[in-house]
Amino acid sequence: MSGDTLRHHRTTWVTACPSDQLSPERGVAVLLPGGAQAALFRTFDGHLYAVDNVDPATSAAVMARGIVGDRDGEPTVASPLHKQVFSLRTGQCLDDPRLWLATLPVRERDGTVAVAAPEEPPAGSGS
Amino acid sequence: MGQLVVIGNGMVAHRLVEGVCRRDTHRQWRVTVLGEEPRPAYDRVALSSYVEGASEEELRLADLSADPRVELRLGEPAAAIDRENRTVTTAAGAVLDYDALVLATGSSPFVPPVAGRDLPGCHVYRTVDDLDAITAEAEAARAVSDAGVVIGGGLLGLEAANALRLLGLEPHVVEAAPWLMPRQVDEGGGAVLGRLVSDVGVRSHTGTAVDAVEPGDDGRASRVVLGDGTVIDTGVVVFSVGVRPRDALAREAGLVMGERGGVAVDGACRTSDPAVHAVGEVASVDGVCYGLVAPGNAMADVVADRLVGGDAVFPGADTSTKLKLLGVDVASFGDALATAPDALEVVVNDAPGKRYAKLVVSDDATTLLGGVLVGDASAYATLRPLVGRELPGDPLALVSPSGGGADGVGADALPDDAQVCSCHAVTKGALNAAIGDGNHDVADLKSCTQAGTGCGSCVPILRKLLSSAGVEQSTALCEHFAYSRAELVEVVRATGVTTFSELVSTHGRGRGCDACKPVVASILASLGNGHVLGGEQAALQDTNDHVLANMQRNGTYSVVPRVPAGEVTPDQLVTIGEVAREFGLYTKITGGQRIDMFGARIEQLPWIWKRLTDAGFESGHAYGKALRTVKSCVGTTWCRYGVQDSVGMAVHLELRYRGLRSPHKIKAAVSGCARECAEARGKDFGIIATENGWNLYVGGNGGFSPRHAQLLASDLDDDTLVRYVDRFLMFYIRTAERLQRTAGWIEDLEGGLDHLRDVVVHDSLGIAAELEEAMAAHVAGYTDEWRDVLEDPEKLSRFVSFVNAPESPDPSIRFETERQQPVPAMSGPVPLGMPAPHATVEGSPDVG
Repeated sequence: MSGDTLRHHRTTWVTACPSDQLSPERGVAVLLPGGAQAALFRTFDGHLYAVDNVDPATSAAVMARGIVGDRDGEPTVASPLHKQVFSLRTGQCLDDPRLWLATLPVRERDGTVAVAAPEEPPAGSGS
Repeated sequence: MGQLVVIGNGMVAHRLVEGVCRRDTHRQWRVTVLGEEPRPAYDRVALSSYVEGASEEELRLADLSADPRVELRLGEPAAAIDRENRTVTTAAGAVLDYDALVLATGSSPFVPPVAGRDLPGCHVYRTVDDLDAITAEAEAARAVSDAGVVIGGGLLGLEAANALRLLGLEPHVVEAAPWLMPRQVDEGGGAVLGRLVSDVGVRSHTGTAVDAVEPGDDGRASRVVLGDGTVIDTGVVVFSVGVRPRDALAREAGLVMGERGGVAVDGACRTSDPAVHAVGEVASVDGVCYGLVAPGNAMADVVADRLVGGDAVFPGADTSTKLKLLGVDVASFGDALATAPDALEVVVNDAPGKRYAKLVVSDDATTLLGGVLVGDASAYATLRPLVGRELPGDPLALVSPSGGGADGVGADALPDDAQVCSCHAVTKGALNAAIGDGNHDVADLKSCTQAGTGCGSCVPILRKLLSSAGVEQSTALCEHFAYSRAELVEVVRATGVTTFSELVSTHGRGRGCDACKPVVASILASLGNGHVLGGEQAALQDTNDHVLANMQRNGTYSVVPRVPAGEVTPDQLVTIGEVAREFGLYTKITGGQRIDMFGARIEQLPWIWKRLTDAGFESGHAYGKALRTVKSCVGTTWCRYGVQDSVGMAVHLELRYRGLRSPHKIKAAVSGCARECAEARGKDFGIIATENGWNLYVGGNGGFSPRHAQLLASDLDDDTLVRYVDRFLMFYIRTAERLQRTAGWIEDLEGGLDHLRDVVVHDSLGIAAELEEAMAAHVAGYTDEWRDVLEDPEKLSRFVSFVNAPESPDPSIRFETERQQPVPAMSGPVPLGMPAPHATVEGSPDVG
């Protein structure tokens, strides 16, 4: 899991849902403490990914509703608004280098999926 | 800065002014245009489409007065020219100085001096006003007789006949020559042409002139008497025997005239006064006035060039013509009537096949001089550029049906300087250069060279040039499938695959993307593979299809219940109003006669739809690449003018095709009469009522590149109409590419609209029954998608903003009020990484 952007901060694990409620290749949105949101995905090979639910191109909280697929083997999600494609692994937009999504650690334990929410803003991410 | 005055505001004048503005980079000229008509310049060649429902605005040419250098004086003709003082006096009394003057006064229709030619009911066919007058009268004229008479069987006469036909009259065409279109086609071609137009209901009277138009008791035209004794009862007579140059102003100004009228000009289009030019139909070049727009455009280009210091010379007129009149292909090019000494003719006269082709060649049969094609003009695009050049093969083979016509001459046979696109004078060399510059598909070539954007007859050659240049035009859907959408349809049909996973693992690679997944979802849906949210299909859908609503800019959705043909009861209206009020939704009437409710959060959608389905509404499929609406006017139900029940037909069609998934969204409309209040010709399929049934138009659309629909079949009864629409839609769904609208699809079909007509009307591929069966299966299998969701707890569980807080709305969605309604507030949601003051561990957070 990629958690680079969060490495200096304590994380809070937020329970998302029971494992069987997360269908392959169809995201769900998770409400985080403080009103932030994560988009949580399971790819067809069982990997779990979480990224910011806010589409950086439009500021609408919709990434969980994008289409999941791959680009040259890289697992991706496409924004449902203007279709920019983002890597689920790194959060980087593959169509526009200026856009990226924060990524969050995910874990699956005892039939439950949880997302790590940042408590403080990671270095370098301003508004 | 010099003052340029242009007298006239027709197509050629427009071309001239446009050309001057484009070339005049040093801002030498200020331009004043004097137009006699009160309206901006319009496409007179497309005038017949005005009768078919195009509006005057749609015919308009680009507005040149947006350029600060150009002043348009509409409704203000010139009254006199004073060459000595270089002034023009207008009818309004204004006196304009000029440094350069261009006469572009065009021509006026010639009305032969027959008795009764001035009676009410007699018209000419030249301007929008003429057409308005004819249209306004057609109704009353039908009280006299169903017949309408056109005097003159040339190109314009046949166009006028088509207009009368569209107005519900039976056209009679009177032509003094022994056959129709005598200036463009020879006797053999004329004979085939006569049979073809009679098939579409035009009666021709050839080899006879008009003796008189006689009045009825009311003093209006009511009979036309012909030289051969024939009497035709009619209330509408249209004169279209030819034009005369409008040269009175020039004559009064003392300019030298041509032998047979018109202002004499030299190769630079200069008159006897070097400060005065003349272009278009008023100009006489070597004693000839050309009544076609192409030579006029060429003259306009010459003068525009000269005015900015160039030295262009009128290259001579290309009088080649290819057109479709009354649905009949006619083409004539080069020395079509074999006037060159010792010219030889090679003729294929296929009377039963109603097809005529002639090539005129030099006496040694090596050089192409011209030709005539009637009934099938597909070879025109490759033959016309070869005029004056060596023939690439046996002339008979080039025009005989087995020789393949257009296919017989490869694009390779054309020399580099051959004009591939005659509308915009684009040579093969220029196209190959554009291809070399990286323009690797037809659309790119069109936009960078303009080739193919006029009559479109050269588009097949553009494709051939691309493939000759070794450009492989990839049709692969995306990196996951090497197939085009149409090929994928065949793969799915042939293999019976019903899931994306199986398809991508057997016929693709990787895991798909936002391009191929919705396409496969659409294919599976249109081949009848269950609910769009059933099983794995749910993961393929775009968010709109996934939640059966349209995502808007702030992540909320809009809700559009189906209102077939726009017909809605007061109770249903009240329900919509109540729902919108209760959920705080913004409401708006859409362009397709429906009511759209905006601002619903995802978790509200089931509650909203529960209320709507209880009131009898069902999904309007506003979210899907599917049939959206069938718009209608009120038709005979209420309208004074309606001739058929357009509402009933529109309701029937909308319910028949609801839920039909397709490569792009489909819109349709039904108009109850030729007034076309439903704007059916702007739709993928449009239906316009006639006295005799329904006319079916296809391939129109709004959107990024608006197109007018074209006539596919006319005067259909209800059953035939529905059958043809079934076939049309299914054929489209099976063979179109991803996101390809019907207009582009038809354009890309080999053979275009004619081929489509062959398939839909004549069943040339033998698949009509299969297409109808597929549609019948769709109709029988339809269920309302929203009702299905509401009855399925598993599907319902997806309608939450947050999987860990199903009851919580998305806190980032906020509204402001504008014009008493809610609209999205522009402040965005909280991005990840913002301070999180109330963080709790493992549990539903408190969101207030």
